[in-house]
Amino acid sequence: IHHIVQNGGLYKKPFNEAFEETPMLVAVLTYVGYGVLTLFGYLRDFLRQWKIEKCQNATEREEQKDFVPLYQDFENFYNRNLYMRIRDSWNRPICSVPGAKVDVVERVSHDYNWTFTYTGRVIKDVINMGSYNYLGFAQNSGACQEAAAEVLSQYGAGVCSTRQEMGNLDKHEELEKLVARFLGVESAMTYGMGFATNSMNIPALVGKGCLILSDELNHASLVLGARLSGATIRIFKHNNMQSLEKLLKDAIVHGQPRTRRPWKKILILVEGIYSMEGSIVRLPEVIALKKKYKSYLYLDEAHSIGALGPSGRGVVEYFGLNPEDVDVMMGTFTKSFGAAGGYIGGKKELIDYLRTHSHSAVYATSLSPPVVQQIITSMKCLMGEDGSTLGKVCVQQLAENTRYFRRRLKEMGFIIYGNEDSPVVPLMLYMPAKIGAFGREMLKRNVGVVVVGFPATPIIESRARFCLSAAHTKEILDTALKEISEVGDLLQLKYSRHRLVPLLDRPFDETTYEETED
Amino acid sequence: MDFKRVKDYFYWLYFQYLLITCSYVLEPWERSMFDTILVTVLAMVLYTAYVFIPIHVRLAFEFFSQMFEGQPESTI
Repeated sequence: IHHIVQNGGLYKKPFNEAFEETPMLVAVLTYVGYGVLTLFGYLRDFLRQWKIEKCQNATEREEQKDFVPLYQDFENFYNRNLYMRIRDSWNRPICSVPGAKVDVVERVSHDYNWTFTYTGRVIKDVINMGSYNYLGFAQNSGACQEAAAEVLSQYGAGVCSTRQEMGNLDKHEELEKLVARFLGVESAMTYGMGFATNSMNIPALVGKGCLILSDELNHASLVLGARLSGATIRIFKHNNMQSLEKLLKDAIVHGQPRTRRPWKKILILVEGIYSMEGSIVRLPEVIALKKKYKSYLYLDEAHSIGALGPSGRGVVEYFGLNPEDVDVMMGTFTKSFGAAGGYIGGKKELIDYLRTHSHSAVYATSLSPPVVQQIITSMKCLMGEDGSTLGKVCVQQLAENTRYFRRRLKEMGFIIYGNEDSPVVPLMLYMPAKIGAFGREMLKRNVGVVVVGFPATPIIESRARFCLSAAHTKEILDTALKEISEVGDLLQLKYSRHRLVPLLDRPFDETTYEETED
Repeated sequence: MDFKRVKDYFYWLYFQYLLITCSYVLEPWERSMFDTILVTVLAMVLYTAYVFIPIHVRLAFEFFSQMFEGQPESTI
């Protein structure tokens, strides 16, 4: 059953999002597993403290033992007793370009993952289901690579200065005009690092006396930027518009906590695609709420730019909305463009203000010239300006791959979270031993996956996250699906009982989306 | 041929036990310790059941049958 949400005509096509509930038996067994591991963790900590066993993790020195303990909280306990046992599924070194297939360096551990040694062998042509290579631009041959090599021979690799001093190249100006044209906004500015774009620019936009309303599952960069700014932060439930409207109403009615003065600014922080859930933000409703309550919207399109929309222009185009409605459009070049860095787009006054007041512009080195050329070439290819239809083909291939992969996984009986159209596919694993087992069994069958556990997800909801790419052909996907099905049967992962939880939507009693008369 | 399939099935069941109780990630000495404790507890449960359940069932049966048959006997 697909739950189609039509909120007073705001959505032009069905919004299919589903999060199946955890089966009760699976939840109980997961807690049993964590209980056993916790008991053994206490036993090992006891042995380490009484020097019966050699302590190989970081501890305080003898002189510091009387001070405040550094490693006693739950995260450190989890790290040395649970994470260490399955650590070989993460930080795997790769030695080729991360395209549809990648070469992984083999390593082995003789002391249960405390140290690793390289065997010297390289596992070739592992199917890559973990790289954020949505449009397939991570290549070491082709038009992008040739253009980047030419710019490298002309400009060199280093910029050696910040944007405000001597690091403003003509390539940067060209890139910013191109990004502004691509997004449909007045002006844009680019930065060297995607994480730094969020964490260094939110403090420049809001300060004390402002209110930030941020989604429950926002990325660490948005959380860090919000905390650094000094504004008051309130959290609304993930993608829940009733919760957001209630917070907005309370903020406008009651004002600041003690003085009851009105807030200087209210900023709503959302992301285009949430990478751990695979869900897409309900942008039409957020924009309607923003207009009604006169607040500002900051949209982080790190995963959705290039991946959604009929011509790859992101979540704004996917819903058919006007880019001028979003006040600050932020995104990164790491995921779909095969480069590095981030951008912010918006009105000209906003970007001119950020050019002088952003911390990243004053202190951080600007983008490196070959990387800038890679972004320019890939963006022109995506817009179709280099004369070929490669961009359009890539976007359509990605959409087709997404639909096919999700449909096949659902038919097999796995629990998959998220929206039908998002290229990020989380597959639920739940039990801690299955996290390590899934990663290892898939690598044995030549498929590389990313598995995620605590603290990136809630403790019982651990998952394997697949990132689809336009570079994956149907044969590669079929091979990967066959292996996933085999491992799913081996590890008993097909939990789905095909009972969808209805989306908690009551469109006609609590929310009101009238247009304001201005 | 049949023996191999039966053996594979039992190995798969053992693998599921390892995954559910998280013995899959434990070191060998921890695994043997956990197995020993679990087998000991299960053996004690089974022994208690073997000793006490027949006696309890017989007593319960006598109690209920006395309740039903005791009434007509007293009036006669």
